[in-house]
Amino acid sequence: MSDDAREAFVASFEVAAPDGPAWLQALRKEAISAFAAEGFPTPRSEAWRYTNLAPIARTAWTTAPATAVALDRAAIERLSFPVFACSVFVFVNGRFEPALSTPRALAGGLEVGSLAAASIERPALVEPYLGRLARSEGAPVAALNTALFADGAFVHLPANTVVDAPIHIVHLALPGGGPTASHPRTLVVAEHGSRATVIEDFVSLGEARMLTNSVTEVFLGDAASIEHVSLQREGADAAHLAALRVRQSRDSRYTGHGISLGGTLTRNEIVAVLDGIGAECELNGFYVASGKEHVDNHTTIDHASPHGTSRETYKGVLDGEARGVFSGRVIVRPDAQKTSAQQTNKNLLLSRDAEVDSRPQLEILADDVKCSHGSTIGQLDEDALFYLRSRGIESVAAQALLMRAFATEITGRISIAPLRERIDELLLARLARARAEAA
Amino acid sequence: MSLLEIEDLHARAGGSEILKGLSLGVRPGEVHAVMGPNGSGKSTLANVLAGRPSVEVTSGKVLFGGRNLVEMAPEERAREGIFLAFQYPVEIPGVTNLYFLKAALNAIRKHRGEAELDAMDFLKLAREKMKLVEMDEKMMGRAVNEGFSGGEKKRNEVLQMAILEPRLAVLDETDSGLDIDALKIVSKGVNSLRSPERSMIVITHYQRLLDYIVPDFVHVLAGGRIVRSGGKELASELEEQGYAWIEKGAAPR
Repeated sequence: MSDDAREAFVASFEVAAPDGPAWLQALRKEAISAFAAEGFPTPRSEAWRYTNLAPIARTAWTTAPATAVALDRAAIERLSFPVFACSVFVFVNGRFEPALSTPRALAGGLEVGSLAAASIERPALVEPYLGRLARSEGAPVAALNTALFADGAFVHLPANTVVDAPIHIVHLALPGGGPTASHPRTLVVAEHGSRATVIEDFVSLGEARMLTNSVTEVFLGDAASIEHVSLQREGADAAHLAALRVRQSRDSRYTGHGISLGGTLTRNEIVAVLDGIGAECELNGFYVASGKEHVDNHTTIDHASPHGTSRETYKGVLDGEARGVFSGRVIVRPDAQKTSAQQTNKNLLLSRDAEVDSRPQLEILADDVKCSHGSTIGQLDEDALFYLRSRGIESVAAQALLMRAFATEITGRISIAPLRERIDELLLARLARARAEAA
Repeated sequence: MSLLEIEDLHARAGGSEILKGLSLGVRPGEVHAVMGPNGSGKSTLANVLAGRPSVEVTSGKVLFGGRNLVEMAPEERAREGIFLAFQYPVEIPGVTNLYFLKAALNAIRKHRGEAELDAMDFLKLAREKMKLVEMDEKMMGRAVNEGFSGGEKKRNEVLQMAILEPRLAVLDETDSGLDIDALKIVSKGVNSLRSPERSMIVITHYQRLLDYIVPDFVHVLAGGRIVRSGGKELASELEEQGYAWIEKGAAPR
């Protein structure tokens, strides 16, 4: 495979490696070596069997500029969710832009801001965490982020901090001249007993060929609780590679909602480790792809401790010639007795040429557990469609209604109502666009 | 003038011809019962009128208010005033009854050139109509027909009919699967909707329903055609003699 991308990225690191304290420089060096040695994964490796990165690997990407155009707050307001008082933190091509951010309710010692600044000013809060979950070895794509991220979002919740207003992180990708890549990075450290909702919102302005290679690490202390929305709504010519790593301590609760609304190629890779007794993990996902888009959700839930609970529900709608992949692995380690794990993947294929590969996998090494998994692939229910039409509801509206109903199981789990409603609207618009393209 | 005019209708479903030359005229305000044994084409007739895509009209004429019904999409028929009460109402998880009914009514109102109802006004209307079928208000917040009992589903059909106010209601075996109490409630609801402007076609296998919804005319459908028509007394005759005479090719005496 041609790997212009590998050469370009390695060269850019040699010319201008991002700054940082010595420990971070060491981390970056290790990362770029891992990436240089392995390059982009190919479908020969099992984890990438259904997702071919060749078009990304043969492109000589340039690093997205810090700020390409003058942006104003109004543009950000249009993108964000103005329906509720939420703190918005804007990162343009990976760099924190305080002037565009509107931190509203920084309650009880909550810190949100630049990861680059925090690694210099608060190394004791960053060094023990950064890169510990997203390791470079065997993960060249995440390693590339570690080597090249210029800045990122740092969220720190001190012990017993409860934050009601959602923390809205906008990762804004701006196009450069040619194909540009950005490497957004997020680190969330939720200490024991803390609780917050974090929205990671990946958006772009302008239609251009872009690559977003994001890494998010979330650490949950004992009895911490994080609700985490990852909303991917970049342009139609954007490729998005996302790695999310979560580690949960005793009695912690992590609820993730991954919403993917399209792009040429989307890969969401999640590894959640339940590393303390009684941890609860819920992963919800919804994806829409149409045209020739490709969306791959590759998840691992690792039950490493007893009395853990996990529930994973991924649903998707595929139209046109789109291709979907769901690969969900649930591991129950020998010590993880009394684990309860449930995994479901449901797909709706709206056209003959759409395709999905669904691979739920259970690896159970303990003997006293309750686990189930299942997957379905189907079409819109013709009887339901006729029923709606027979009551006067127009055909396209009836289809959109049924698709929204299909999505409701996922979006209905977002606990903040205005956020849920906004995401519902975005989904409905996206589904209508998919149907319009097909018509 | 007839509201509905069916002439020499032939229709196919599931790969075979089911209706083979059916003719029927319905004037405004009339209630016609269509009875017949299993497989005679009763449900196919209902589906032809509502426009189910899997049923294909191969020849004949169906005029509704003078317009060619066969060329109209199902939603267009509904907006023009045709309502099918389904034999098996469909469950739609994730869509509340309230949302569904409001969307349907507003689609129809828009077509009639009337203002759409907002959530408050709609709820007021729905509450009033729910009394007709003794339905609990909680049913409005539930997903369409999901987890409803057989009786609840049929009452929900009559509720929809009450809200959408069709010109022609086709009741496809609305009595099937109902116990006598539910049958009485459903019939009471249907009877309250009878009016000089509203016609009904009541399709049933059993005479029992016609004790409660008394028709003006009764037709016997067999082998895809109407083989006999008469007044309401024909239903009682059928009840006594069953459908065996049809198979023997003789008229009942």
